[in-house]
Amino acid sequence: MTHWPLDKFHGGIHPPENKSQSNQGNIQYPPLPKRLIVPVLQHAGQPAEPCVEIGNYVYKGQLIAQNMTAISASVHAPSSGTVTAIGPAPYPHQSGEPYLAIEIHTDGLDLWQEPTPEINPSTLTSAEIFHIIQQSGIVGLGGAGFPTAIKLSGKIMSGIDSLIINGTECEPYITADDLLMRERADKILAGVDILVQLTRPKNVLIATEDNKPEALASMQAALGSRAYQVVSIPTLYPSGGERQLIKILTGQEVPSGSLPIDLGIICQNVGTAEAIYNAVVLGRPLISRVTTLTGTALKQPMNVECLLGTPIEELLEFAGLDKQQLSKVIVGGPMMGFSLGNLAAPVIKTTNCLIAGTAQEFPSPEAALPCIRCGECEQVCPSNLLPQQLLFFAMGEQHEQLKAYNLPDCIECGACAYVCSSKIPLVQYYRAAKADIRQHEQKMAKAEHAKQRYELRQERLRLEEEQKAAERQARNERLARVKAAQEQAAKQEAQQAQSTGSISDDELKHLKIAASMAQVALRKAEKQLALHDTEALQTQVASLKDAAKQAQDALAAAQAQLAQSWATSSPAAAPDEALKKAKIQLAMRRAAVKKAEKAETDEASLNSLRQALQQAQQQLEQLNQTHAKASSTENTSTEQKTAAVPISDAMKKAKIELAMRRAALKKAEKAGASADELTQLQLALSEAEKNLAQVSSPNNPG
Amino acid sequence: MYLPPKSSPHTTNKSSTQNLMLRVILATLPAFLVSSYFFGIGPAINVALCIIFAVSIEAFIVSLRKRPVSYALKDGSVIVTAVLLGLALPPFSSWWLVLIAIGFAVIFGKHLFGGLGQNPFNPAMLGYVVVLVSFPVAMTSWPAPQTVASSDALAHVFLGTPWLDAWSHATVLDTLKNNHSLTLHELWQDYPYSGWISSNSSEWINLAFLLGGLYLLYKRVFTWHAPVAMLLALALMSLIFWNGSGSASNGSPLFHLFSGATMLGAFFIITDPVSSATSNQGRFIFGLGVGVLVYIIRAWGGYPDAIAFSVLLMNLCAPTIDYFTRPRTYGQRKAKRGFNPGDN
Amino acid sequence: MTLILTAVAVLSLLSLVFGALLGFAAVRFRVEGNPIVEQINAILPQTQCGQCGYPGCRPYAEAIAAGDKINKCPPGGEATIQALADLLDVEPEPLDAAEGEKTPVVAYIREEECIGCTKCIQACPVDAILGSSRQMHTVISSECTGCDLCVEPCPVDCIEMRPIETDLRSWKWQQPARQYQIIASDKEALE
Repeated sequence: MTHWPLDKFHGGIHPPENKSQSNQGNIQYPPLPKRLIVPVLQHAGQPAEPCVEIGNYVYKGQLIAQNMTAISASVHAPSSGTVTAIGPAPYPHQSGEPYLAIEIHTDGLDLWQEPTPEINPSTLTSAEIFHIIQQSGIVGLGGAGFPTAIKLSGKIMSGIDSLIINGTECEPYITADDLLMRERADKILAGVDILVQLTRPKNVLIATEDNKPEALASMQAALGSRAYQVVSIPTLYPSGGERQLIKILTGQEVPSGSLPIDLGIICQNVGTAEAIYNAVVLGRPLISRVTTLTGTALKQPMNVECLLGTPIEELLEFAGLDKQQLSKVIVGGPMMGFSLGNLAAPVIKTTNCLIAGTAQEFPSPEAALPCIRCGECEQVCPSNLLPQQLLFFAMGEQHEQLKAYNLPDCIECGACAYVCSSKIPLVQYYRAAKADIRQHEQKMAKAEHAKQRYELRQERLRLEEEQKAAERQARNERLARVKAAQEQAAKQEAQQAQSTGSISDDELKHLKIAASMAQVALRKAEKQLALHDTEALQTQVASLKDAAKQAQDALAAAQAQLAQSWATSSPAAAPDEALKKAKIQLAMRRAAVKKAEKAETDEASLNSLRQALQQAQQQLEQLNQTHAKASSTENTSTEQKTAAVPISDAMKKAKIELAMRRAALKKAEKAGASADELTQLQLALSEAEKNLAQVSSPNNPG
Repeated sequence: MYLPPKSSPHTTNKSSTQNLMLRVILATLPAFLVSSYFFGIGPAINVALCIIFAVSIEAFIVSLRKRPVSYALKDGSVIVTAVLLGLALPPFSSWWLVLIAIGFAVIFGKHLFGGLGQNPFNPAMLGYVVVLVSFPVAMTSWPAPQTVASSDALAHVFLGTPWLDAWSHATVLDTLKNNHSLTLHELWQDYPYSGWISSNSSEWINLAFLLGGLYLLYKRVFTWHAPVAMLLALALMSLIFWNGSGSASNGSPLFHLFSGATMLGAFFIITDPVSSATSNQGRFIFGLGVGVLVYIIRAWGGYPDAIAFSVLLMNLCAPTIDYFTRPRTYGQRKAKRGFNPGDN
Repeated sequence: MTLILTAVAVLSLLSLVFGALLGFAAVRFRVEGNPIVEQINAILPQTQCGQCGYPGCRPYAEAIAAGDKINKCPPGGEATIQALADLLDVEPEPLDAAEGEKTPVVAYIREEECIGCTKCIQACPVDAILGSSRQMHTVISSECTGCDLCVEPCPVDCIEMRPIETDLRSWKWQQPARQYQIIASDKEALE
């Protein structure tokens, strides 16, 4: 063991270690559970998406939930068996709430999908190793459960300064890493080799507290010719905290709000190193972990290598749980762990310790006394905060002050609450305050975002309006220009029209105008004639009649010509055009009806208008039919291809009708229509619904 | 039934506020014994009266505040206040004087601000100052050691028989203040009792307080910062302004360290965490301030001793000191100092 | 006489110098005050829901600045009223809404019923609804402010407001139960 210069962090405490209960024997292997509850969230970040279905048979190590985002980790089947349920299941969390899990009934065979040969990692590229780590669902096994692949991505490409392997295990009771280092030092170091290959660090430091001499010796012995440093650091809680350990080993402080990688440091737990070895060399994803089972309510405290998803109660019973004595089960250590609400919850990737405590061991907390500002909390705070000040601000919910006093730098290690002579649950105040601050910030961020979107929308609408106005103006100007030009050219064109033989729409329009003008002049003259019967007027009327007839003839001729030209040039276009015209007519009539309705015209005229509307509708339908026939005869092949189209069209139509009827009903309801009218409308609505149902039912041929 | 989960940590150490208070009371025992050696039952009467009055007043106030009495009393802080005040008051003080002092300490010094942990001033010193400025004669009438008989003393304390001039004995600080025409050597000739500097009971009492203070320091009841800073400041000030043994001398550093209420102040008063500064650095500054003020008032002020005034003055400064002495949090580039925007 | 003149001259000079100094300071160290409307607008939840009777949050902010009541914002609830009261130094008032404070919601379109009329898209103040004419619409729930302005225009009633889903990842610690408040009355008021 070479000497490595150590720094120290502020504060720290020496709680009773309570490690000797569980670190006496070897790592045990509990029997295969009949039922595994495998939550899809076993790590910090987003949950994985289940990719198996109920009834599927899964092999040991088979992927059962895929990570969909970067800050997430895949989940694999811990043993072979059948998926029996996918849904909310008991979950180890302080809230006691359930979470989405995949339940597997094991078949007892424990079958791997296919045997994979051992791989020599030196034959793999960095990208390949990274890919394997990412696909194997490896997360930090120290307790926080941060996906390992994230830690190994990004800035590491240019090589890093230090790789720290954390075997500190500073929390009382926990001995999982201790046993792991004693028994599997070679595997841990093989995992470290892979990490070294990936990150090319200048220093590799394997740190453990000096209360684990066997582990130290074992790691030192397995080191061989490797140039890694096995560093023994003084036992002090919380020296295993990532930031504290970095301070001890390098003297550097990780700046607030940034990550160790920003200093060129990567910190990995010893268990994670072993998991990397298993994944890269043996091809085994993370499906089990070493967990400490301890506490005085257990007859045989021990460490077990247990499958993820094993119900906690089964494990505790394996270690001789005395249910009469049991007061509470703590997941994790006594300093930072949480008490478990439901013993049916399973072991997950972050479960490093289970403490079955008796009432003597963990007495219920005394009533808190007022803070007397004794300052002991400040003496032990590893982040060098002022816990007593933070307490006052947290009680008063003064978020600005809390931030000014660096609450976000609190690592929630619990040292302050441990030493508090007034027994104030300080950490809970901080956690509540942090949650409130986070929630408030999210709210503010969302409000700001909504404001931006709103303002952008307002701006967009304003621009659209401006553009529309500009277009309208431009159109009006153009129309005026065209009109003027047309009036000039009108006469010449009228003359030329017949001679050229081809008639454009414009010419037709002009002819129509001319005809109608002639008619108007005629009518005026006739009126005059009725009033003053003179010879001059009579002759005028006669000549006007002639002129009007001429104009009409010209128009008719032109129309006939036009129809002919349509018929000759594009036979398909004619019905289309007719259809369009009919539709336009229909719309116009409809508008007329609506207008009349609005204007409260008398019933008779309304009725006539409605009749006209019906006529138009009929016409349109006829045209539609003929059109459909025509198109069906023309291209039956295409219709066959798109057989589904008419169905959906019909459905849409039915839907639209339904919507319209619904709207009508709503309107009527609002307007306070009579009961009869309402029932009628409702009938119509139900009919429409029936229609839709018919149309959308799959048996209906269309 | 849904129980809201309780946050970690699930274990705590054995320390408790009651324990802390008990230790402080224990640490005053040597001084109490020494004081009793010199003044008979005087200190005992003082302390007993103080405790009885303090507990009754606190119980009364707490019930007025509609708080459970046993909960408020069980922390024992009021007994600490009573013991310290009882030792600070001159032995054989009249019962009404004790009542006024402790009454002010508990009512105005503590409960008007919200009780334990909320008071900006040290309650014992507040009570002491109130009677000091109200009854200066009674408060400066220290008896000569081992002169007053127990029966006379009891009669004076409870029945109000007049104080006899023969009992009185000016304290050394008084003597020094009022006799600038004599050399120190001549002054101390009047004090035949054992002692190597000031030939007075006060130095033994101070030594006893020092002993108790060192015990508390050893037990980590408080940190060294405030007491060391105060004693350092006082010693430095007296060293700078000490002009040998002349008649106008303000006394040697040793004299200042072991006279009056110096050690009581250094280890039992300014270490009161509630009313002093928060951080270690802040406590150091707090102690320095007290030390300097003590010397200034002793040497040039109107009162012979100055612990109470200095402590109260520095209590006023404590929030400001806190503003400027926040420690640098792990990972922060530098400590946030001074008044932040958003501070109200 | 010269004495008086000197005094006058000196005083004039001094006032000139200090006047210049103050003038300089007023320009140089001018505090860029955030206009009050901006500050109010920053507190409002920006749902743009119009439940206050104004067409959006900013108009309401302007109205508050002009003297309107601060208790008309149901989405903001008590927290917003408190923040506004602190900012404007007025007494907080109880929320002026029929239903009181609501749980946060987002709009949800039952897509099989949507006919693609685009009416909700036009109604959405934050462009959180996606779709075009005759195409089924959907809500981008992360952008939705829960203002429910899209519910009314829908001709087929296929939009509903659903409470935001919570699971244990949104679970948060509560402050421990306090033993005793400093002052008795605040506790007794609750009893």
